[in-house]
Amino acid sequence: MSFILTEDQDMLRETALSFVAGELPVSHLRALRDKGANGNDAATRKKLAELGFFGVIIPDEPGADTFGLVGLGQILEAQGRTLAATPLLQTALIAASALQLGGTPAQKAEWLPKIAAGEATFALALDESAHFSPYSVATEAERNGQGFTLNGLKKYVPDAHYADMLVVAARTFGEAGDRHGISLFLVPRGAKGVGIQTLNTVDSHGAAHVSLDDVHVPASALLGPADEGADILDPVLDRAAIGLAAEMLGSAQAAFDMTLEYLNNRKQFGQLIGSFQSLQHRAAKMFVELEMIRSCVAAALSAADAGKSDVAELASLAKAKAGELAHLVSNECVQMHGGIGMTDAAEPGFFMKRARVQEALYGSASWHRDRYAKLNGY
Amino acid sequence: MAYDNAEQLEEFRLETRKWLEENCPPSMRTPMPDDELVWGGRSAVFKNAESKVWLDRMGEKGWTSPEWPKEYGGGGLSRAEARVLEQELRRIKARPPLFSFGLWMFGPALLEFGNHEQKLRFIPDILKGKTRWCQGYSEPGAGSDLAGLQTRCEDKGDHYLINGQKVWTSYADKADWIFCLVRTDTSTKHEGISFILFDMKSPGVEARPIQLISGESPFCETFFTDVKVPKDQLVGKVNGGWEIAKRLLQFERSSISAGGFGGTGGSGILGPEDYAKQHIGTDESGRLTDGDLRGRITDHKMYAKAFSLTVQRQTEQAKAGQAVGHTASILKYAAAKMNQDRHELLIEALGTEGLGWEGEGFDKGAKKVTRQWLRSKGNSIEGGTSEINLNVIAKRVLGLKEHQ
Repeated sequence: MSFILTEDQDMLRETALSFVAGELPVSHLRALRDKGANGNDAATRKKLAELGFFGVIIPDEPGADTFGLVGLGQILEAQGRTLAATPLLQTALIAASALQLGGTPAQKAEWLPKIAAGEATFALALDESAHFSPYSVATEAERNGQGFTLNGLKKYVPDAHYADMLVVAARTFGEAGDRHGISLFLVPRGAKGVGIQTLNTVDSHGAAHVSLDDVHVPASALLGPADEGADILDPVLDRAAIGLAAEMLGSAQAAFDMTLEYLNNRKQFGQLIGSFQSLQHRAAKMFVELEMIRSCVAAALSAADAGKSDVAELASLAKAKAGELAHLVSNECVQMHGGIGMTDAAEPGFFMKRARVQEALYGSASWHRDRYAKLNGY
Repeated sequence: MAYDNAEQLEEFRLETRKWLEENCPPSMRTPMPDDELVWGGRSAVFKNAESKVWLDRMGEKGWTSPEWPKEYGGGGLSRAEARVLEQELRRIKARPPLFSFGLWMFGPALLEFGNHEQKLRFIPDILKGKTRWCQGYSEPGAGSDLAGLQTRCEDKGDHYLINGQKVWTSYADKADWIFCLVRTDTSTKHEGISFILFDMKSPGVEARPIQLISGESPFCETFFTDVKVPKDQLVGKVNGGWEIAKRLLQFERSSISAGGFGGTGGSGILGPEDYAKQHIGTDESGRLTDGDLRGRITDHKMYAKAFSLTVQRQTEQAKAGQAVGHTASILKYAAAKMNQDRHELLIEALGTEGLGWEGEGFDKGAKKVTRQWLRSKGNSIEGGTSEINLNVIAKRVLGLKEHQ
């Protein structure tokens, strides 16, 4: 495990930070919101593609080096700083990982170059209830001649309102709750029988409920072996949790920086409010937490790249701790901004809203605490 | 000696390995019982005779502090060589030859602020474990506000005369010498403090052990009545002691937090989850049946894991020249919280088994937990309170302003 970025990764980080600061400030999200775009932002996708951000974990040729998840983590952290709505987590991380871990040579050849070029976006359609519970898949995939017929309802699927392709988790055996019997399918969003209900979400990023009514897909749509989809899903979800934790670290850092600046400028009783010890200690405690979670995220990204056996444990650590941090910092950000913090004109509220979405996706802090305990044998 | 390539470093590794094979006694490669810990000093106790052999051999090479200069008896190793030595010591599971405030706190400060004669006089005996040092900092009226200290040090021409009282002086009753903060000017605060050294056998020095809420402790109250100190034992400039004091506090906070007060729990040490399994039980899926306690234990264990990752990260960053300032305060604050949380959970998981004080009817390990639970309350007070550390972070790291 290494906590030090390579020179290349460091350059990628700097590029990402200056890109989001220049092109995707929080005011950009605000503008998208005011247009009712639900985070659907084709112009930004084009710029991300030009920067090569979609292909960070995809080698130019088989076996070539990439920036790795550590590299992608730097970009996700950067986008977290300004709450940018991008398809990077769903497409560049989740779909690319699923294809790399479970795709046939033909699937890889078809989709990985398109992902890397920013020509195809994906969305993972997994959850069916209001809470993350990956094995609770009830959506049916019935064998039907040479292919499968899918029926079911997927809830709150990020990016599904505009993605080109869906990765659908469906059941080919057993019943909801069984790890065995889940299969993954590549389904075009435009396929007959796919229904998309776009959601106006609290964080203005948008999402969609996805209905599958007798959706027919060929056998070649199966991603990985039938019934054994969880073998791909588990490591993909760990990576998703880690990537999202990196984004959350960025958001928490930005909300903290904004708070600190306010403490150093706002005066009451003739004093800078940042000179009051009750606020100083709360700021110092947040800083300690930030330092600790920075370590957790870095360790998890690095372990995922190295394929270490403790990836799951570190993924739960990073996601749970980042979840606690995101709420702590975004709440303190609103509180320390006082009345201003309650207004829509100011930015603290954006961070608080996004934190709730970040925390709910790929396992809440409480879900990951439970798993961490299980992994540690108690 | 500087090694400029990996081959030479590898040669050093082989030499070191050979030397350790020949010189580290067999029992020094076994886990160390608490009562075999070596503090050295004039009246050193070696319960295991091989501890002395090990200390003498390591001290002779200067490897009790491998990076200190050879000139003063140190190992004179480069950072890379010292790392090789650490790895080789770990490889054979060698015990640390010496536990010493001289090595951890006073020595680094003296090397930075002392003059050549003082270093020649004191550093070699620290390395060899011949002198045991204690720290005279806190006073009854100067705790968190350390610079308010009142122990008087008067210039009597050919010597200094010291009168006053220190408190929380760890092992003052066992130490040979003291490094001590004294007041040489009463008209100012920080600028009137000096850093002075003297023998604890000097006439007029008296140390009395303090009983804590957890029972016996290494802490003492230390009294100075007309203690005469030669003038060449003042370190740095007269009235220039505060700078040395602050630097030394950083060394102290680092050495406290590097071990996390032992709070991450080593192998073989039972954690709260182990006691909870034993005294509360698990369901068919292996989960602790008390779900609330289980959640709080997990919270703590995650904190402890995040803490140890942070120590690793900061160590790597420091080596790569990317150090964050005042890490000592950050880690000290976190370590105190972590160790206190851990002991609250331990005592809770033990239930009435954790409520024994002494005598029969209670497990020996559980009685130790009870005492450590009480002792851990001091973690957020000693070596700078948690509140003082938060002040340091707020002001020095975050740049928040002073109240006007």
